[in-house]
Amino acid sequence: MTDRFDVVVIGAGHNGLVCATYLARAGRKVACVEAREVPGGMAAPRTLADRYRFPGLAHAAFPVNADIRRDLKLDQFGYSPGPELDTVSLDGDRGHVVLGADSVSGEGIPDEDKLAYPRFQRDFREFAGALRPLFGNPPPRLKDMSSREKANLAKLGWSLRFGLGRESMYEFLRVAGSNMQDILDEVFVDERLKGAMGADAVLGSAMGPRTPGTVLTWLQRLYGALNGRMTLHGHAQGSFTEALKRSAEAAGVSIRCGSRVERIVTDDGRATGVSLSTGETLEARIVVSNLDPRATFLDLVGAPNLDAMFANRVRQIRGSGTVGKLHLALAGEPRLTGLDRSLLGNRLVLAPSLKSVEQAFNHSKYGEFSENPVLEITIPSLHESDLAPPGHHVMSVNVAYVPYRETGEDDQYRNELAERTLSGLEYHAPGLRSLIVDQEFLTPRDVESEYGAVQGHWHHGELSMHQSFMMRPVYGSAQYETPIENLFICGAGCHPGGGLTGIPGKNAARRVLEGVRKT
Amino acid sequence: MIIEPGHFRTAMQHTPFHPRVAAATTTEEWANWNGYMVPREVDNLSAEYFAVRSGCSVMDLTPMEKYRISGSDARAFVDRLVTRDLSKLEPGRVCYVVWCNDEGKVIDDGTLFQFGENDYRLCAQHHQLDWLEISSLGFDVEIELETHDVAALAVQGPTSCSVLACAGIGGIETLKPFDVVDTWLGGCRLTVSRTGYTGDLGYELWVNPDDALALWDAIFGVRDKFNVRVIGLSALEMVRIEAGLIMPGFDFNTAEDTIRNGFDRSPWEVGLGWAVHLDKGRFTGRRALMVEKKRPLGRYLAKLVVEGNKPVGPAFVHEGKNGRQVGEIKCATWSPVLKANVALADLECHKGRMPAHPWARVEYERELKWMSEWAQCRIVKGPFYNPEHRNATPPTSF
Repeated sequence: MTDRFDVVVIGAGHNGLVCATYLARAGRKVACVEAREVPGGMAAPRTLADRYRFPGLAHAAFPVNADIRRDLKLDQFGYSPGPELDTVSLDGDRGHVVLGADSVSGEGIPDEDKLAYPRFQRDFREFAGALRPLFGNPPPRLKDMSSREKANLAKLGWSLRFGLGRESMYEFLRVAGSNMQDILDEVFVDERLKGAMGADAVLGSAMGPRTPGTVLTWLQRLYGALNGRMTLHGHAQGSFTEALKRSAEAAGVSIRCGSRVERIVTDDGRATGVSLSTGETLEARIVVSNLDPRATFLDLVGAPNLDAMFANRVRQIRGSGTVGKLHLALAGEPRLTGLDRSLLGNRLVLAPSLKSVEQAFNHSKYGEFSENPVLEITIPSLHESDLAPPGHHVMSVNVAYVPYRETGEDDQYRNELAERTLSGLEYHAPGLRSLIVDQEFLTPRDVESEYGAVQGHWHHGELSMHQSFMMRPVYGSAQYETPIENLFICGAGCHPGGGLTGIPGKNAARRVLEGVRKT
Repeated sequence: MIIEPGHFRTAMQHTPFHPRVAAATTTEEWANWNGYMVPREVDNLSAEYFAVRSGCSVMDLTPMEKYRISGSDARAFVDRLVTRDLSKLEPGRVCYVVWCNDEGKVIDDGTLFQFGENDYRLCAQHHQLDWLEISSLGFDVEIELETHDVAALAVQGPTSCSVLACAGIGGIETLKPFDVVDTWLGGCRLTVSRTGYTGDLGYELWVNPDDALALWDAIFGVRDKFNVRVIGLSALEMVRIEAGLIMPGFDFNTAEDTIRNGFDRSPWEVGLGWAVHLDKGRFTGRRALMVEKKRPLGRYLAKLVVEGNKPVGPAFVHEGKNGRQVGEIKCATWSPVLKANVALADLECHKGRMPAHPWARVEYERELKWMSEWAQCRIVKGPFYNPEHRNATPPTSF
């Protein structure tokens, strides 16, 4: 059986849905094909034991880009940003520290840190803002720039020089290539504060706070902060992915879940459609892939259909997942020693010092999992009681620095990881184990097999300098184009990268609508 | 290959033929070719040259890079590697091929031998293992470097067939150009292909290194009946220019080693457009070449006859005497058979056309004094020298 579309989008993750919806709203007949049974990708909610609902892999995120929210009428389709979250750096011994938007508080925080914190936050938001022309637009090409690209580049220069002012620009140029530890050590004294901030910058990457270039990685994450403060994501009411799905369907996108794309069909260097695991073929004038570029090019197109060096560059993309996910269904509200109940609903980060983060990272470099894991914890049911049965709760834990392993992952291994994570948790939340009704642990390998993200990497490739901007995902495929005619890419592997921004999807749709570009 | 401890003390390796080559060499002018010691000149350049053109020359070809390519996707792999349509390549045949990088710029050229189903050998001037490995992603293919495991001789010249037959190598009279056959010499297994780099009748012989000296001795055993001579790189350079054969890395930059923008060359720019078949389906560089094909040719590696009798070295080429500089001579030789200076020159094209009145500014020396003079050039299509006996089958018997 064969169906014809103007555009087939592979993968109904949030970027795929954003791209498909923009294209459908521009009058294209669009199908969005998803291997999983639900749209939303890693941002789609998950259920445990039928009664406990979790936000999926992304539990805390910045609000969606304001343009996309407006263009796709997401509010009209039920979207509302989740509750805003402060960050609590957990330290049961020295006392917990609360990192707010512009203030930091906690026992023993030196006054100089309290003074430095708001200025630091403001400076870095400004730096991220100065990069807006770069992050918000397609990356400029290295050759044959169009006039719009030149204008964007000029805007970038202008906003760095005049938006920031001379002093700030020098400061930006000084810190942008640096690492988080050096920068945090310069400004702050308190280890708990620095630990949580350092962990934030590198979560999701195979990097520690001392890894060169991590300031840029953090700025890429902070770009989302321009849309507002970090929120609890994926709550049932006003869920982002549900609103996206409704918006897509209202625009006429045909979302086909449970259909795995086996091949991107090419003819003479041109994409003509996709073939599905069901044996079905969808013909399309344009194919857009939201998958990890490694999956798109090496699995779906196939290296033999590409130029040799391009295929090799794709193979060399650095992006090995480092985050595991622990979901706990709890029979009651967990208590954290020394933490006021009113703070429990925030984002709790277990990263008591930069050293502890770096050491946890060190273990993962050698395929090991640290005895002292770095954790990011939310308890969404505190904000929305119907996520769990009455009186019960759901706890969602990002477990940093779980090494990606191709083999040897069985239930016993998962249990070991979960046990070690729970030990770390229970130190701060005594009695937590006794509340557990059900649990699951997803390793990066599980994320790969369940969500298709290659090596379980959230961002479809590290957010590092050499894989950013016009080098993302690789030279020869920036700007959402690919060497295969009529094949485009729209996922986190594209500029500006991962996070729930929707911008790769939006930019890719714009690129598709521009049509054939004269070279 | 096993790397011996202290290998670095040997600046240049010896080929399996070295004892015989060294014994023949009186000039001791050695050159480094892919890490092997080979003679630039053996004893007398003129005699070496004329052995190729009117007798039988023997050259040690062992340093040529050789790769064995096998596996169930070997055919698909080589087809994706090279620009040429390989549909006529079959076991027992050899094909001259060119391969490009993603940008459609020439990496190298060489000869592709097919021995059996999914069994190929690629011979190239430059090291290609990294590029072959890069190209192998997604193919079930094995690539083995066999440069050091196969000894090779080029036996070239009008009498070469007779020499080999007389030496006891049977069954080569019926070999057509670009045929390859397995044969025997006494107890040695031998592969013979009718290929070469001289533009003359000639064969290349491929043998186990252990049998190298026996092969050499059999060939030189007929020296009483034929003029058989060892030749070096200098004689080869003369005859290959006469034949209009290019040398990547010398006449133009090989693509993956080029740093400066625009310093690499597409197949059309070096006169290899005939070996590019854009309609054959996927191959590396095809996308870029399809774009380039639509544009007028920007430059061309032209064959020039340079008037006058001054020896031609590197020189600028101008449009008209005293005119604008439009190119440069990359290699040149005095051709004894043609009695002319012949050269390959990289020329700029204007709207796809080569300069109408190329003149070379030839610089030469008189008793340590440098002088220069203008020499008019004539652009020639096809090889400068292309004798009929080169492709005759069977070759004339001597």
